[in-house]
Amino acid sequence: MSIAGFEVEVDRGRGLETEEMTLNMGPQHPSTHGVLRFVVKADGEIMRRAIPDVGYLHRSIEKISEKVGYHGFMPYTDRVDYVAAMFCNQGWGMVTEKLADIEVPKRGEYCRVIAAELNRISSHLLSVGTMILDIGAITPFFHAFREREKINDLLEELCGARLTYNYMRIGGVAWDLPPGYEEKVLAFLSQFDRMLEEYDDLVTSNKLFRARCSGVAAISPADAAAYNLVGPNLRACGVRYDVRRDEPYSVYPELEFDVPVGTGSAGAVGDSFDRYLVRILEIKESIKILRQCFQQIPDGPVVAKVPRKLKPPAGDVQIRVESARGDMSWYAVSDGSEFPYRCKVRTGSFAAMGMIEELSKGLMLADLVTVIASLDIVAPEVDR
Amino acid sequence: MLQQFLDSLIADGTLGGMPRDVAYLIGMLGAGALVVFGFVLNISGVTTFVERRVWARIQSRIGPNRVGPQGILQWLADGIKLLMKEEAIPFAADSALFKLAPFVVTVGFITAFVAVPFSSALVIADLNLGILYITSMTSLVVVGIMIAGWASNNKWSLIGGIRAAAQIVSYEIPAALSIFTVILITGTLSMQGIIQQQGWGPWDWFIFHSPFTFVGFFITFVSLLAEGNRTPFDLPEAESELVAGFVTEYSGARYLFFFLVEWGNLYVISAILVTLFLGGWQVPMIPGLAESPFWLNLTQAVTFIVKSYAGVITMMWIRATLPRVRVDQLMSTCWKYLLPIAFVNFMGTALWVLIWPEGFRFAELALTLLGFSMVVYFFYRVVFHLRRSGAELTFSPLS
Repeated sequence: MSIAGFEVEVDRGRGLETEEMTLNMGPQHPSTHGVLRFVVKADGEIMRRAIPDVGYLHRSIEKISEKVGYHGFMPYTDRVDYVAAMFCNQGWGMVTEKLADIEVPKRGEYCRVIAAELNRISSHLLSVGTMILDIGAITPFFHAFREREKINDLLEELCGARLTYNYMRIGGVAWDLPPGYEEKVLAFLSQFDRMLEEYDDLVTSNKLFRARCSGVAAISPADAAAYNLVGPNLRACGVRYDVRRDEPYSVYPELEFDVPVGTGSAGAVGDSFDRYLVRILEIKESIKILRQCFQQIPDGPVVAKVPRKLKPPAGDVQIRVESARGDMSWYAVSDGSEFPYRCKVRTGSFAAMGMIEELSKGLMLADLVTVIASLDIVAPEVDR
Repeated sequence: MLQQFLDSLIADGTLGGMPRDVAYLIGMLGAGALVVFGFVLNISGVTTFVERRVWARIQSRIGPNRVGPQGILQWLADGIKLLMKEEAIPFAADSALFKLAPFVVTVGFITAFVAVPFSSALVIADLNLGILYITSMTSLVVVGIMIAGWASNNKWSLIGGIRAAAQIVSYEIPAALSIFTVILITGTLSMQGIIQQQGWGPWDWFIFHSPFTFVGFFITFVSLLAEGNRTPFDLPEAESELVAGFVTEYSGARYLFFFLVEWGNLYVISAILVTLFLGGWQVPMIPGLAESPFWLNLTQAVTFIVKSYAGVITMMWIRATLPRVRVDQLMSTCWKYLLPIAFVNFMGTALWVLIWPEGFRFAELALTLLGFSMVVYFFYRVVFHLRRSGAELTFSPLS
């Protein structure tokens, strides 16, 4: 460079540079919903990447099944996803029944559906409650949990437990509905309808909440399929797929319900708000299902006669249950003995967890907690 | 008053041969300590208790009700517990700055009380720079928060500290501009002077003085909320994102001081709003009240504190209801909306004062009506929602 006839060398340096910051989020962090860990690469408030680190809650549940036998494994399935344990119970029950060719009595199936749908409501309430808590509002969380407590009370009356139910048995359920149960559930539902309206006023139509969620981590249907998203997360992307409707099991073909999908009402289709809204709509569908169940439930036994020492014929079977976190697949191999040769569970949270790294690129730091909460990731379900 | 008292003590020899300056210093420190420990800290403490009970009612919980009648001493128990806890200082922290930060924050908050007028006589110092002094003193808090964020040597704390700096510095501008609208009308910065130019009736308050001050009130309210790190602007300590923000590494008494300031600031924010816009301590001149200074000042102080606590409870209500905004939304709210509106307000008020130097009675009455109908509509909506959800209505604040 020449200045006034002199050749001058100017050292421009490297200019203003910022360093990438590595943040360690979790395993002890208030909004990682259990022991999850993310290694966040951030440039100030903007994330470059959030790398999930799984395995903190691995309890070898699948391996345990090989040592405790078919009946003995049922309580362990509660721990696969302790927020929605009924579905895991149902999954294990269904896979064994298919292996051993056991017919579940009609009333048993209805009891299963009633318990499962109550559990779905409570799981979704937890999900939307913690999501709004992560976004910063405190009251809706308490309102959601107040209603969840009532469901816990109902389930406690049904099976004696509030979290790890161990309600279902191979061939049916452990106990019939207690006397007066129908009235109690229906009374709760009619009260809960009004609470949902209140929740809509408080949260769904809240402008700040919408602004925080709209357009955050929108997922296209193609991406969702590529990452194998399932359940409400998949439906929020606009894909109308529900195992209960498309590969019906239990008594779901006899029940009428809609499959709500995301419409992009706050911004893009498949964004965090859609994932929130789909859960709220699914709660309403579950209420519908519950009301129908109580109208249609027949009399009769609730559990089939199943030998104490169950020895299914050799072979392998795979079934799918629509859990609160989506398509939960159970695969079991029998070698003809009284212990399963192998059992494999595929859960919805695991797929969602895998997608976070892709979704987090370029988001704000505050959006990461929105994404985790909106994908409804439950740590034990990731690791099993 | 204090000076006369000390002079009399020196004159009758109670203090021995103590030099006059030393006696003054000790007297001032003593009086200051009395004010701080007897009033300021208690305001923070009582506010924490009130907040917890108000929240509990909103969230259908009970709230603290064990220590003392209705749990009214809970804040004292919490404070003592925190004072007696071990204070951990992280190994890698900058220990000197780490210890300094709570003091800077506390000083910034307590000194603001110097100019808060509780009644026509009950004010520590009626500075002629009053409102400017308070705004500058409360800005000291941000320095302390930044020190805390930096000295903790924790990335979450650092992000919290930087967020606080960006947020408070940005929101100070619309806040100051809206405060200036009032100063345009009064022509004085003194807190007492501002209150004296208002009346006891709402139509004499500056919030209803002109459409511009009406909007200015809300801008000031929002900006001061942001300055006080209150929801929906509580980003510096967003517990779901930053663990606890700049207080992550603090424990024991230092932690206590940060929270003292947080809740004490609620009261300061309210006091500023009440002074500037809501008529301060003005009470109707009932015959007989003016003759007795004690009863007059008591009524005025009660009026002021009741008005301030109405503001404090509104802020609690907001915190219990709204989610948090994101950093980019925070900044765009300030620079794209609040700041231009504040400028327009400023110019508008200048014009208004030019045209109607004595105020425009019709506009004042109309705005008062508007304000009251807004409040009535709000409560109508509340009752409407409660009816629809079929909630049981209980108006007992206790139980």
